[in-house]
Amino acid sequence: METIRLTSIYKTFDLGGETVKALDGVSLDISPGEFLAVMGASGSGKSTLMNIMGCLDQASRGEYYLEGIRVDTMNRNQLADIRNRKIGFVFQGFNLLPRTSALENVELPLLYSRTGSRKKSRDRAVAALEMVGLAHRLDHHPNQLSGGQQQRVAIARALVNDPAIILADEPTGNLDSRTTVDVLSVFQALNDKGITLILVTHEPDVALYARRIVTMKDGKIQSDRNVENRTLAGSLGADSGPWEV
Amino acid sequence: MKWRKLIKVAFQSILKNRMRSLLTTLGMIIGVASVISLLALGKGSQDDIRKQVASLGTNMIIIHPGSSFSGGVRGGSGSQATLTLDDVDSLKNEPELIRYVSPDIRLSEQVIAGKTNWSTQVNGVSVDYLKIRNYTLSAGSFFTARDVKAKSKVAVLGKTVSDELFPGQDPVGTRIRVRNVPFTVIGTLSGKGQSSMGMDQDDIVLIPESTALYRLSDGKTIRAVVLSAVSEEKMNDAQARATEILRRNHKLKDDDEDDFHISNQTEIISMAGKVTGTLTALLSAIAGVSLLVGGIGIMNIMLVSVTERTREIGIRMAIGARGADILIQFLIEAVILSLIGGIIGILAGLGIAYGIGSAMGASVLVDPSIIVLAVAFTAAVGVFFGFYPARKAAGLNPIDALRYE
Repeated sequence: METIRLTSIYKTFDLGGETVKALDGVSLDISPGEFLAVMGASGSGKSTLMNIMGCLDQASRGEYYLEGIRVDTMNRNQLADIRNRKIGFVFQGFNLLPRTSALENVELPLLYSRTGSRKKSRDRAVAALEMVGLAHRLDHHPNQLSGGQQQRVAIARALVNDPAIILADEPTGNLDSRTTVDVLSVFQALNDKGITLILVTHEPDVALYARRIVTMKDGKIQSDRNVENRTLAGSLGADSGPWEV
Repeated sequence: MKWRKLIKVAFQSILKNRMRSLLTTLGMIIGVASVISLLALGKGSQDDIRKQVASLGTNMIIIHPGSSFSGGVRGGSGSQATLTLDDVDSLKNEPELIRYVSPDIRLSEQVIAGKTNWSTQVNGVSVDYLKIRNYTLSAGSFFTARDVKAKSKVAVLGKTVSDELFPGQDPVGTRIRVRNVPFTVIGTLSGKGQSSMGMDQDDIVLIPESTALYRLSDGKTIRAVVLSAVSEEKMNDAQARATEILRRNHKLKDDDEDDFHISNQTEIISMAGKVTGTLTALLSAIAGVSLLVGGIGIMNIMLVSVTERTREIGIRMAIGARGADILIQFLIEAVILSLIGGIIGILAGLGIAYGIGSAMGASVLVDPSIIVLAVAFTAAVGVFFGFYPARKAAGLNPIDALRYE
């Protein structure tokens, strides 16, 4: 079973009476364990695609199956639950809650889950932070952490509910080159562990860390290729010291 | 989400903008404080009135003779001598409703003791009068049924009379004269102070009814009859029974008007209650307006808060918060904000009430149910005025919310 199956997805926006086609018949299959980069210039439709895959937005037309479950017909609450259980987000701007400790930020998705015991939410949050090498920064607030560390907290938050996929939208956009490699190494390590990753970026260098690159143009998939000689970040632990996945 | 977490998040948000939160709740604080303080003072004065009225007597009913009517001239209340000792005796035969009965033969007299004298009211009463009027003896004893029967020339002095005629002395055992009739003072009454009408209740001399009637008066004119109902609940029944008895004794036909006037303390209390009732209605109106203004203040600041935290709402939605989760979060914040205002307002109101009370010597009475009501009401205001902003937050589109700068 595919992790994601998109069939003829159309998305149109009505901008002041003018209809804009953001997605124009996109079909895409993503298997478990893939590390996919979605590339494209701004306006190519990659953000819209990412929003639809992330269940933040719904397609105008077409079918979307996530782990075999049809989600394009779901209502707001169902989509919220799907986001909670099946999808982990990593954003360009980190999007951590200010004045809230790293641990509490990571715990947040567990607080909104309606299934499972909440007793172990702290343990799970600690484990997720350990996976990204921040076990020693549990009580730090976002403003006490570097950009790379904040992004790792965000990754831990995306991981904590054991989702089907992690969607990263320009996760390195706000980072310098060294921290970029640092964060990408976390992604690669997680992918090596079998986690399905989708990375949206407009930087070709960054896309080369993935295993497969889908390039968007004018709302359509322009190319879909596997990466040969992909860049390996290695375990450049940067400022966090050695950490294991 | 857990309630504890929700409340913690709400407090974080409120404490983040301390000054703003305080100013926001100012409307609530002022509204609640004014209501609480005015109600406490109002209740206090109401209680004072009730106590004063109660001090007139225990479950007391007063009967005055009716007005005379002769040659087209109507006399005032009491101008007709309709009450008789027979009436008093008939009223004594109703022990299931009426506990004590006493005629009240009031005479304005100059009382002479040695070289000094004092103008006061001499009341001819029964042995039960003390119990009806809540007087207590401070010295000596009261006259007995035997004194009444024998028309004994004995007197019990009110505190004012005793102080005026015998300053600094114990009058018990001494002689006084009333209209040249010598009386022996056998007791004195404890001070009771002014009545709610401003009358000095201690400026009296009590003598047996028979003595008053036959030695000082015309032998028949009874200026009033006072009686005590068996309980507060039986007041109205007792009054109705007394009315019935007097009408029968006076042989009044069904369509005749009463030739006497009967009234009781509950009427006075309820009249006082009407005044405070009007005051309470006015206060409620002030409370309503100030709480409305306070509520709008909270709604306004919650709308600001929702806009400021649009991104946070987006994040929460992206990681799986449902609309209802966001709604509850902001609703709780509004309620807590409102409750903070309410609680500060209650404390401030109590402070003001006790401050004014001690500064102006007014009584303060705090009804705990008012506090409970104030808390519940402020919470309700929070829910009501927090709902619109909270719903606005819950209805945000996660993508727009995430992109919001």
